[in-house]
Amino acid sequence: MKVIGIEHIVFVSTVLFFIGIYGFLTRRNMITMLMSIELILNSVCLNFVSFNKFLYHDKLEGVFFTLFIITIAAAEAAVAIAIIINLYRSYKTIDIEEADELKF
Amino acid sequence: MDISVIIFYIISVVITGGALLAVTSKQIFRAAVYLIFSLLGVASMYFYLENNFIAAVQIVVYVGGIVVLIIFSIFLTQNSGHRLKKPDGKRVFFSALSVLSALLLTLNVIGNYNFKSNSNNTIEPEIKNIGMQMLSTTQYGYLLPFEVVSFLLLAAMIGCIVIALKRN
Amino acid sequence: MNQGIILNIINSTFGLSAIIFFPFLSFLILGLSGIKSFKKYASFIGIISILATFILSSIVALEYFFISGKTADGFVKITALNFEWLKFSESISLNVGILLDPISVMMILIVSFISLMVHIFSAGYMKDDKRIKIYYSFLSLFTFSMLGLVVSTNIFQMYIFWELVGVSSFLLIGYYYQKPEAVAAAKKAFIVTRFADLGFLIGILIISYYSQSLDFVTIIERLTGESQYLNSSVAVSFLGVSALTWALVLIFIGGAGKSAMFPLHIWLPDAMEGPTPVSALIHAATMVVAGVFLVARLFPVYSLSCPAALDVVAFTGVFTALFAALIACTQTDIKRVLAYSTISQIGFMIFSLGISGYGGESGLGYMASMFHLFTHAMFKALLFLGAGVVIHYIHSNEVKDMGGLRKQLPITNLCFLFACLAISGIPPFSGFFSKEEILLAAWNSNKTVFFIALFTAFLTAFYMFRLYFLIFWHNKPSNSKSKAESHFSMIIPLLVLAVLTIITGFVPFGNLITSDGKILHSHFHFSFSIIPIIVAIAGIMLSAILFKTKSNKTENLNLENLLKPVKNKFYIDEIYIFITRKLVFSLVAKPAAWFDKNIIDGTVNYSGELTGKVSEKIKTLHSGKTQGYALWFVLGLIILVLVFAYIFY
Repeated sequence: MKVIGIEHIVFVSTVLFFIGIYGFLTRRNMITMLMSIELILNSVCLNFVSFNKFLYHDKLEGVFFTLFIITIAAAEAAVAIAIIINLYRSYKTIDIEEADELKF
Repeated sequence: MDISVIIFYIISVVITGGALLAVTSKQIFRAAVYLIFSLLGVASMYFYLENNFIAAVQIVVYVGGIVVLIIFSIFLTQNSGHRLKKPDGKRVFFSALSVLSALLLTLNVIGNYNFKSNSNNTIEPEIKNIGMQMLSTTQYGYLLPFEVVSFLLLAAMIGCIVIALKRN
Repeated sequence: MNQGIILNIINSTFGLSAIIFFPFLSFLILGLSGIKSFKKYASFIGIISILATFILSSIVALEYFFISGKTADGFVKITALNFEWLKFSESISLNVGILLDPISVMMILIVSFISLMVHIFSAGYMKDDKRIKIYYSFLSLFTFSMLGLVVSTNIFQMYIFWELVGVSSFLLIGYYYQKPEAVAAAKKAFIVTRFADLGFLIGILIISYYSQSLDFVTIIERLTGESQYLNSSVAVSFLGVSALTWALVLIFIGGAGKSAMFPLHIWLPDAMEGPTPVSALIHAATMVVAGVFLVARLFPVYSLSCPAALDVVAFTGVFTALFAALIACTQTDIKRVLAYSTISQIGFMIFSLGISGYGGESGLGYMASMFHLFTHAMFKALLFLGAGVVIHYIHSNEVKDMGGLRKQLPITNLCFLFACLAISGIPPFSGFFSKEEILLAAWNSNKTVFFIALFTAFLTAFYMFRLYFLIFWHNKPSNSKSKAESHFSMIIPLLVLAVLTIITGFVPFGNLITSDGKILHSHFHFSFSIIPIIVAIAGIMLSAILFKTKSNKTENLNLENLLKPVKNKFYIDEIYIFITRKLVFSLVAKPAAWFDKNIIDGTVNYSGELTGKVSEKIKTLHSGKTQGYALWFVLGLIILVLVFAYIFY
């Protein structure tokens, strides 16, 4: 285990995070944007767990926060999908470019 | 090279590769499937980090719950076989540019940072320990946040129903 | 009439201000009420209000001249009302009030009377006009402002009403606003008089600076006789002329603008574009004599303290009288002839003031001028109203469309003839008496002026009878139209004015209005008046020979080339256009406009455009596209990280 340092895992989570960001910025479909958000959350969770594991192994907070994040991610996904479906009903599309009435 | 290192790299490739495909795939259903791979990769990373409980929760909630929800909503809103619209080229360019530069910046910071552990004893992240501490009311107990989160879930559930409710 | 009633009116604030405010009330009622309401009764309301004013002012006149104003040897000035309105400094304040002295009482009487006549006449003349309500409200506004002007206690009050008179004149000249000529004439009148009023205003400022007062009585008191105020104003000089002279000349320029003296006369002939009754009221009898009135009001200052300014007045007057009479001989538009004759007659009044001295026998000119103002108002209003009847009948202003109208318009013919005789100076018509006094005054003071005036009198008789013959004789009478002189309301004023034209000459003016308020027993020199009568008759004979019947005598004389500059009004209009358009516009206005347009507007516009462009750019950021926002967010985050990394790392 000692071969794999914390840096490696944080590297992976960083890459995952920015892939999520990239997806959030480029995807036009709201559901795929939601997927990108899930990726971002996952990378954060991964960070928490790895910090807990490597740096603060006398505590469990990292684990707790991961659990909370997963819970809240579930709630957030549910709400987001409700909103998406509602938007779909009004606009007959879930393309984020079409739903630009926020500016008014 | 140690076998664990090889395993780590395999997991890393699965996570990043799956994520990359999930955000670039032209077909939304395939993207969802790639997302499952990526999430499973994260779960296996938790296993790799000997954090079985989290890994289990990850699989149950994410793969079993959220992704299923996403797939349902895909069925509700998309025609099958429908390809996603291409994103705006300029936006892709600028997004990629900013993301890459931010990635390099962050990686640079991480690479230069000296992670050091100050802890001596170790608490194994077993279910029993997690459960005992999370639900305790002592100094490091997380009972109150736990309850708050449960309220949040309830609120989210009701909110979803209200939002998605068909108006006449 | 009961003395008690009379006393009540002159001493009551309400009674006196009612003179001025009756017309104002009618202006408000007619001007502010809706378009439909009162339309049928517009003339009725206007006439009733002005009738009330006329009755009140007659009572005031009677009372002033026979009871309260009269002292043992003349008349006093009564400041009947004086409200302090604005206080500029300790000593200078703008008051509003009513000053009664012989000339203001006379002017009240003339203005309200002529206005009444014109109101009645208009009821017939404007009967079919759609905007008669507006017309009457403007007439009332004019009457209000003219009355306010003549009773001013304060030179600034006079200035205010002076401008109001200008505005109402502008409105009435441009009454037929569909006609471009009327609009142009209204603008011309307003701009020319406004330009002259600038001189008036500067004059007011100078005179009030030196006399430390705006009040007429105080100004006259302080600037005549030996006083520190007079000395200080004479001591200061500019371009070799003392400050007082400048002030008085500038004030006279204001008066010359309103009274259409050369070279500011150009607006009056064009002002004939207005309805004819308006011309009768404003541009013949009342408003145009405002300049005469102004000089008469400040006459003691002119006469006693500054004879140089009075000389300017005299020469302007006599030159204008001759100049306008010459032009009047060649015009073919009936109203323009009358307009030039008005200018000429006002020239008489002005030079008569200019040659007059103060007090006693030498003050004859002043009395004559006021007398002529009085009689001229009557017969010139009569002339214009007669012309109004003719124009109403013919629907044209040009004399060539007329001729031989004596059968169709017998009453008008007679009235017009009386008025022509009056203006020519044939006894016993009123014009004779006043003109004799003027000529006598000229004879006594300045022989040159006398001979010019005599020649002008000849021309006056000539051109007035030329007009008369061209309208009423010249052609064979045709008996085609029958509805002539059918309007009762148009004939009554003519007859009233005709009667007055005959009798007003016998008013003993020397007992009423004199330069110093003391009674002037003017002797009627019959031997002196023989020459002017002969001259006038000669003028009448000449025009009778030339114009009584249709002939080619005028063509035979072959005067075309000689008369061309006269016909073109000595090219004064062209000179004005040259000065304004070529010199002022191209040398001053255009560069100024360029500067304004490109530098000042350019700066403003460019800064506006810049803001607009920047906001356009900012607006695109605010596109409503969520991902766009997110991208900016990420970019901003990166920059923040870089900044913090640079600072802390």
